[in-house]
Amino acid sequence: MTAVAVDPAAVYTLRHADDCLVLSHRLAQWSSRAPSLEEDVALTNIALDLLGQARALYTRTSELDRTGRSEDDHVFQRDERDFVNCLLVEQENGDFAVTVARQLLFSTYQLETWRALGGSTDRQVAAIAAKAVKEVTYHLDHATQWTLRLGDGTAESHERMRAALERLWPYTAELFETDAVTDDVVARGVAGDPQRLRAAWDSSVDQVLREATLERPSTSWTPTGGRRGLHTECFGYMLAEMQHLHRAHPGARW
Amino acid sequence: MVTIAVDRVRRVAGEVTDPEIPVLTIDDLGILRDVRIDGSDHVDVDISPTYSGCPALETIQADVAQRVRDAGYENVTVNVVLSPPWTTDWMSDAGRRKLREYGIAPPRSRGADMRLLQLAVECPVCGAAHTNEVAHFASTPCQALRRCGSCSEPFQHFKEH
Ligand SMILES: [Zn+2]
Repeated sequence: MTAVAVDPAAVYTLRHADDCLVLSHRLAQWSSRAPSLEEDVALTNIALDLLGQARALYTRTSELDRTGRSEDDHVFQRDERDFVNCLLVEQENGDFAVTVARQLLFSTYQLETWRALGGSTDRQVAAIAAKAVKEVTYHLDHATQWTLRLGDGTAESHERMRAALERLWPYTAELFETDAVTDDVVARGVAGDPQRLRAAWDSSVDQVLREATLERPSTSWTPTGGRRGLHTECFGYMLAEMQHLHRAHPGARW
Repeated sequence: MVTIAVDRVRRVAGEVTDPEIPVLTIDDLGILRDVRIDGSDHVDVDISPTYSGCPALETIQADVAQRVRDAGYENVTVNVVLSPPWTTDWMSDAGRRKLREYGIAPPRSRGADMRLLQLAVECPVCGAAHTNEVAHFASTPCQALRRCGSCSEPFQHFKEH
């Protein structure tokens, strides 16, 4: 990072690009290992959608910050502290219930975020968001169907879903944090107010949980730091795996 | 003259096929958005992705550029346009028919109020209206997997998007 002040809009688009990339990579880790062939295909298709969204957002980020960084530079040449994704998306896949819970919580947030960004004063961001809304609607539907099936399923599946929600819930507070970057982009009409998204997120998630006979976990521990490059331990391992080939063979092509 | 040239380039570019569903041209899919030729014979072609992560897009871009060059225009730019987002409503009737013949149930049409005009997804094998979704996603993000309640054949459905 240079010392020159970066356009807060570039930081904002980078945060969402990193969210998409990191969750895409986590979902791709299910490839060939999902509980069923259909689910294998579903998770990797969702990963593909997110990767496409990430690419568009990295491109927009480089236009806004004028660094000229390529998509590959963003993905492979940055270190852990440079990534500004939220902590929720980097959490390990766990069992299938953890993956479903992560998807439910994040897709709900992402859908509300993209809906708001559809009206962004940044026309390119608005176009990316309008395209992504349709895709994320499908991701959320998929996560919702599984939450209902596992939550309102057997004693075993219910317990796993309950444990998964309890494990991931603390990381949801970070999604609605505000700071100088969000204050700036909200003021300029580039993005919607994260705290305003909260009410929509709450009612949407609560409704699914109720139908799935699951309870909203209560927690006072709200870890944060992802937006400032401070990540949980598991992220470094994921990044090492993701970047290893590119860094070991600079400039390698298919 | 310019419109004749534009029409010709548009026809040539529109014949590029989707590498994942080779019976469909990009004209059938409705992703070819615009063709422009400026005073110095520079061609701009606008195309839209079906899905953000569509892996076929780069191949399609390269194929379009090649075809336009083959038609005699050395300078060609293929732009990717996101807005307004592509929808299956832009798929042509010919495209829907080709999909069905290929064994993929086409996306259902929507009216002006965005409601589906036809409720059942018909089996592309026997035409039965009683079919069920087996999985939300199939071999590509734009398709779902279904099974026919009449002939029991599994098939892919190009989802309304
Ligand atoms: Zn049939």
